[in-house]
Amino acid sequence: MFIIKCPYCGERDHSEFSYGGEAHLVRPKQPTELSDDQWAEYLFMRKNIKGLQYERWNHSHGCRRWFNMARDTSNDKIHSVYKIGEKANK
Amino acid sequence: MSNKYRLSSGGQINRSETISFKFNGKTFYGYKGDTLASALLANGIHLVGRSFKYHRPRGIFTSGVEEPNALVQIIKDQGKTDPNLRATQIEIYEGLNAISQNCWPSVNFDLGSINNLFSPIIPAGFYYKTFMWPANLWENVYEYFIRKAAGLGKSPTKKDPDIYDHCYYHCEVLIVGAGPAGLVAAKTALKAGKKVLLVDERSNFGGNLNFSNNDYNKVNELSPLEWIRKTCLELQGNKHIKILDRTSVAAYHNYNYLIMVQNLTDHLPDKDKKGKIRQRLWKVRAKKVILATGSIERPMIFDCNDRPGIMLSSAVRKYANTYSVKCGNNISIFTNNDDAYETAITLHNKGVKVKSIIDIREKSDGTLPKKCNVLGIKIHWKSAVIYTEGYKKINKIYVMKLSKDNTSVVGNKLKIDCDLLCVSGGYTPAVHLFTQSGGKLDYDEKKHYFFPKKSTLSQISVGSCNGTFGLKNIISEAQEKTREFLDIKETEQFNVLETKSGTFENIWLIPSSKISGKTKSFVDYQNDSTANDIKLALREGFKSIEHVKRYTTTGMATDQGKIANMHALGIISEITNTKLGELGTTTFRPPYSPITFGALVGRNVGQFFDITRKTPIHDWHEKNNAKFEDVGQWKRAWYYPSNNESMYDAVQRESKAARTNAGILDASTLGKIDIQGRDASEFLNRVYTNAWSKLAIGKCRYGLMLNDDGMVYDDGVTTRLSENHYIMTTTTGGAATVMGKLEDFLQTEWPELKVYLTSVTDHFATISVCGPHSKKILEKVTKNIDYSDSNFPHMSFKNGLIDKINCRVMRISFTGELSYEINIQANYGQSVWAKCMVAGKEYGITPYGTEAMHLLRAEKGFIIVGQETDGTVTPVDLQMDWIVSKKKYDFIGKRSLYRSDTMREDRKQYVGLLTKDPKEILEEGAQIVAEVQNKPPMDMIGHVTSSYYSPNLNKSIALAVVKNGKKLKGTKLYVPMPNKTIEVTVSDTIFLDKEGKRLNA
Ligand SMILES: [Zn+2]
Repeated sequence: MFIIKCPYCGERDHSEFSYGGEAHLVRPKQPTELSDDQWAEYLFMRKNIKGLQYERWNHSHGCRRWFNMARDTSNDKIHSVYKIGEKANK
Repeated sequence: MSNKYRLSSGGQINRSETISFKFNGKTFYGYKGDTLASALLANGIHLVGRSFKYHRPRGIFTSGVEEPNALVQIIKDQGKTDPNLRATQIEIYEGLNAISQNCWPSVNFDLGSINNLFSPIIPAGFYYKTFMWPANLWENVYEYFIRKAAGLGKSPTKKDPDIYDHCYYHCEVLIVGAGPAGLVAAKTALKAGKKVLLVDERSNFGGNLNFSNNDYNKVNELSPLEWIRKTCLELQGNKHIKILDRTSVAAYHNYNYLIMVQNLTDHLPDKDKKGKIRQRLWKVRAKKVILATGSIERPMIFDCNDRPGIMLSSAVRKYANTYSVKCGNNISIFTNNDDAYETAITLHNKGVKVKSIIDIREKSDGTLPKKCNVLGIKIHWKSAVIYTEGYKKINKIYVMKLSKDNTSVVGNKLKIDCDLLCVSGGYTPAVHLFTQSGGKLDYDEKKHYFFPKKSTLSQISVGSCNGTFGLKNIISEAQEKTREFLDIKETEQFNVLETKSGTFENIWLIPSSKISGKTKSFVDYQNDSTANDIKLALREGFKSIEHVKRYTTTGMATDQGKIANMHALGIISEITNTKLGELGTTTFRPPYSPITFGALVGRNVGQFFDITRKTPIHDWHEKNNAKFEDVGQWKRAWYYPSNNESMYDAVQRESKAARTNAGILDASTLGKIDIQGRDASEFLNRVYTNAWSKLAIGKCRYGLMLNDDGMVYDDGVTTRLSENHYIMTTTTGGAATVMGKLEDFLQTEWPELKVYLTSVTDHFATISVCGPHSKKILEKVTKNIDYSDSNFPHMSFKNGLIDKINCRVMRISFTGELSYEINIQANYGQSVWAKCMVAGKEYGITPYGTEAMHLLRAEKGFIIVGQETDGTVTPVDLQMDWIVSKKKYDFIGKRSLYRSDTMREDRKQYVGLLTKDPKEILEEGAQIVAEVQNKPPMDMIGHVTSSYYSPNLNKSIALAVVKNGKKLKGTKLYVPMPNKTIEVTVSDTIFLDKEGKRLNA
């Protein structure tokens, strides 16, 4: 039941957004050159951190833009939101 | 009316308004302002239910939300009924009809009470231990008896006719609870001109002060009730505050998001309820929250502490002061604190005989005990009630002296007659909402309660929910903390007169003279768990408080242990010799008190339950007797029965017509995505498995989309409209998720691509005309298109005109027939459909629905994503290797097709099945085996995904996924069904027109 500050629209209710998993996982540019293990690492393995986690969110019932969020999963405190391609404010 | 237990004067009831109501079929009278509990007590009725496990008689125990015993079912007209309501909260109205729950056949004669005789063999975990094996007894025997015995109310069988509402609200300060702390906090907050919302679950404000003794407490020289009324009036006159009564906060979520339920009409006579909203669910966002939720009085845990006529002391005081009801004529009180003495004095002053007070303490130097001495009430210091008697109502208590260390009882057993025993074990701060919000508790080892320690939100707790007791302390804390919290300069002077109070002492489990294990000291009344159950759980090795709770079910009833929890924890801490603070509490979960499904659902019922999407041609389908099928939110024409045809007959007829004459299908629900931009071709290359760069303008191509795990995700035909402009179609169900996925890749993985996506699903009506005569029909409908095969071959598109309206015509086929698809601006859909019907009349054009479409494509072996696939199927499994580009460097899912698992040869693969008996139709979802055993389990090697009787081939056909299926062509397999086993032969997936001649017929 967060209030999320979309980097494009401002503060909006949680219900307008959808969660998109861990952030900053870059899809390999040359997947064919990866071993099964390396590909599986990218495809399946997620950190699922207790504490500060960087994650993707989509303002799905708003501007439909994807952005990133730094959230403490232990108390749901949102430390920052930032656009794709930007770095998190620490 | 015979309100034998109604006092002659006083109270907040309106004696000029008599109300009749029914309880267990008998008519009673009460007054306006009564609760069901107070009205029953006024009539001398305590026994209102039976306990959950042992069916022991139980009486009204409290006066509020924490009530564990007095659960009733309310019967209304039109078959409407509300279960699990607390008699202590129901305000009576003319026509109220309530019955006891959890007793069968009646509250006075209860067959289940035989369980009480067997109680030594129904210990903690009994259900877990006993009803385990054999499994088939569960269905027929155990469940039947458990359900019958459990009897926690009956759910209504008819549709709820009431109206419920949802409301969003934003405020600067939300104050929960309108007791003295909440009222002072509200007054203070308004000094800063804040937008305040004040809510309380009761209809009369003031909390416990509302029924406090006028002689001993004063605020600003006013009696408690006068001060409450004056303060409420002041608040009501302020435009910055909104006040909601009968409103209970159900849940307190993160970011100060609170859910509350307001009761609007439950207290009104039936005739005044009509047409009004029954309950409103408030979804509140508050900048700041002040919790003033008060505290709940504790019982005492001793042998046979559950008889009717044993009540909380504060409840008895409330019944006397607020409702002018005496709960007994010959009263004893069992306490460990001074608050119970206020009850004694109140009753004494109202002429009710208070015979004795049993106090576990050595002494008290408080004002009220002294006063009781003066009044001549006998006080038994350092003593305890160790046992009670009276089956349906208490009639005796036994009292013994406590040993020095309070661990045993000593001396003579004193017998005292009584018809009411008030118990008071001190007060527990109501920290439920605080912990729901993520707040952490601390335990006060001296005062024996948990209190709010650290909040993570913009929130404070004031008053007794914060562990602050005594009117003076509560009022000053509420003001001071609110001022600090809201940064308010002004202060107000409150002159509070209160009595001096002695200290409180605590014993979690009152000792007994009986040998251990022979007592029935109830901790959780509603779930019938005793102190012995908790001891047993600990002996059996349960250590975690959460495990003990589940094993004994303590605190797991509808009251969520509002009464039981503290004592359960206390007993565990004593036995395990663990400090309570280290033991911790169980989790308090929303809702704080039960809420109706109606309130949760609000207006989202019936046609508003979900969005219904209808195609532009929907009305025509309806008029022409179509049966509809739900596909996601869409209503799709399923089949069109004519002359009382069965579904089977209609589908056979439609499917036959589509291949012999012409068929017409509404395909408007297919997802359509308009793709434009410099890099559109490159984008399609990356999202589909096949190559797109060389697709000529004006051509169409079928594409298969995978997830990056290599599994089939969606499919559809995409058409190149111009150099940098494509229109993609997706499956009906996949439209939104495909759009989302493509946007995701564009925004996050490939921001360098200049591509723009627009969902245009609803912009176009799509009409598919197929069959040998389809070309002739299209020629009549559209102008300016040359339909010759050389100009307009299969898998190409033309812009056309229908009258003056532009349309796109694609020559694509999902049936294997010569087939055209008209795409036209949605609002022309119906008229173009009608035009096609007129044009096709001479050719026998037949509308067909989704079922015939499925049959026709199955004859051709075309897959349906979601039917042949289930998220574990690769294109190779589908024998669609032809569509997977080997040349492309990458596409979504490519790498995964080369994982060791996806390359396994014995994966489940897509095959056709022909039954030995061509009339036999397989069941979709049926399991396939290679060898039949006498009985299950058998090795299942696959399942049937699609199955039909083909009218065009005159035999049954089926599609399936089977392990190693590619190599099994011609092999006999078996489909075991409940009554028979069906023999099948593995075949090709294409049953009809393998060469594709019909596409150009
Ligand atoms: Zn946005």
